[in-house]
Amino acid sequence: MNSQKTLDTKGLACPMPIVKTKKAMKDMESGEVLEVQATDKGAQSDLAAWAKSGGHELMKSEETDGVFYFWIKKA
Amino acid sequence: MALKQKQASEVATKIINQQELFILDVRNEDAYGDWKIEGASVTSMNVPYFDLIDGVEEILPKLPKDKEILVVCAKEGSSIFVGEELVEAGLENVSYLSGGMKAWSEYLEPVKVGDLPGGALYQFVRLGKGCLSYLIESNGEAAVVDTNRMIENYTSFAENKGLAIKATFDTHLHADHISGGKTLADQVNGTYYLPEEDAGEVTFDYTALKEGSTVTIGEVTIEPIYSPGHTIGSTSLMINDAYLLTGDILFVESIGRPDLAGKAEDWVQDLRTTLYNRYKEMAGELVVLPAHFSKMAELDEKGLVSAKLQDLYQKNDGLNVEKEEDFRKMVTENLPPQPNAYQEIRETNMGKMTPDEETKREMEIGPNRCAVN
Repeated sequence: MNSQKTLDTKGLACPMPIVKTKKAMKDMESGEVLEVQATDKGAQSDLAAWAKSGGHELMKSEETDGVFYFWIKKA
Repeated sequence: MALKQKQASEVATKIINQQELFILDVRNEDAYGDWKIEGASVTSMNVPYFDLIDGVEEILPKLPKDKEILVVCAKEGSSIFVGEELVEAGLENVSYLSGGMKAWSEYLEPVKVGDLPGGALYQFVRLGKGCLSYLIESNGEAAVVDTNRMIENYTSFAENKGLAIKATFDTHLHADHISGGKTLADQVNGTYYLPEEDAGEVTFDYTALKEGSTVTIGEVTIEPIYSPGHTIGSTSLMINDAYLLTGDILFVESIGRPDLAGKAEDWVQDLRTTLYNRYKEMAGELVVLPAHFSKMAELDEKGLVSAKLQDLYQKNDGLNVEKEEDFRKMVTENLPPQPNAYQEIRETNMGKMTPDEETKREMEIGPNRCAVN
């Protein structure tokens, strides 16, 4: 999936994946897509919940070899 | 003042003693809605940590100024993050739950049930998940029933009292938590008992738990009573004709559900027979000790979950459904969701899967949901 920016939070524990995602999103334009990579299992439900509360769209998420990938479109 | 660390054991003591506790739970709303720390003296509020990253000013007016605030999250990272923000904002009495809800889910509080010849019976209350397990001691010997995964709780208890664990029992093949019965028995060179009817797919050695084969621990007799319905093998344990360990068949406020092995319709009649015939013929004075509770209100002032059998026939709705058809509906329709990862938990308890510790913890997250309501 195409994204304008990639954020690597692998190895970081909660709350850092979301703190960094939030910061990265600030510098992006509406409609742009951010790819987030994380290894913290909690990031799965938290990123989905965070995106929802901010009105962003979680377009896709998948897990490969213990790494979670998320594609979030900025509102 | 700095942010303080609180252990799960300290929180447990507060809840059992009904001391006031204010909890700010910073997990996401779904996680909070699914499962949280509860108690008569607990007030809790949910604000996800990701709404507090830029500051806590918005929630300050809603927080108590004169009381301790316990910040809770899944593991502990986010609660430390939010807790430090609260301290910076000037709040005086803020702590976080060490290890988060994971530690809460794994904490066991031992409560003495009563004396037995040469010893006593203890209930291990897993407050965070609603699981109850038991340790029987007599003349330096011990047995553990419906052992939880965190077996060091039992081994350290036994060590402190100078007891040798001789046997572990599972009243049935559990679907809501990972049994520590086999692991503990292997560690102490003891015998692991499991009902044969539940062990069809079990991949390791066990000793069949059968009615008629009484086990003796010190001076105490443990008598298996076949009582199917939650599973086809469910077996209750009568301890010295005084206590009845009912497993997941009969709880204090509810009854077991027959559907977790996918055979609700097949097992309804077994459940009915156990509850309306088998148990009914037993002495009303027996103290019922189940393998679960669902509400904190079921705990008495010591933290113990128990009831006399005769009282349950008065008060427990599940024992007072006259028509068989109404009973069938009650235990097969509109059941609560199944426990988290229940299929994987069953397979792990059969030895067909061997997840690592971290995965086991994840599998056990959430309430037990073994009752029909």
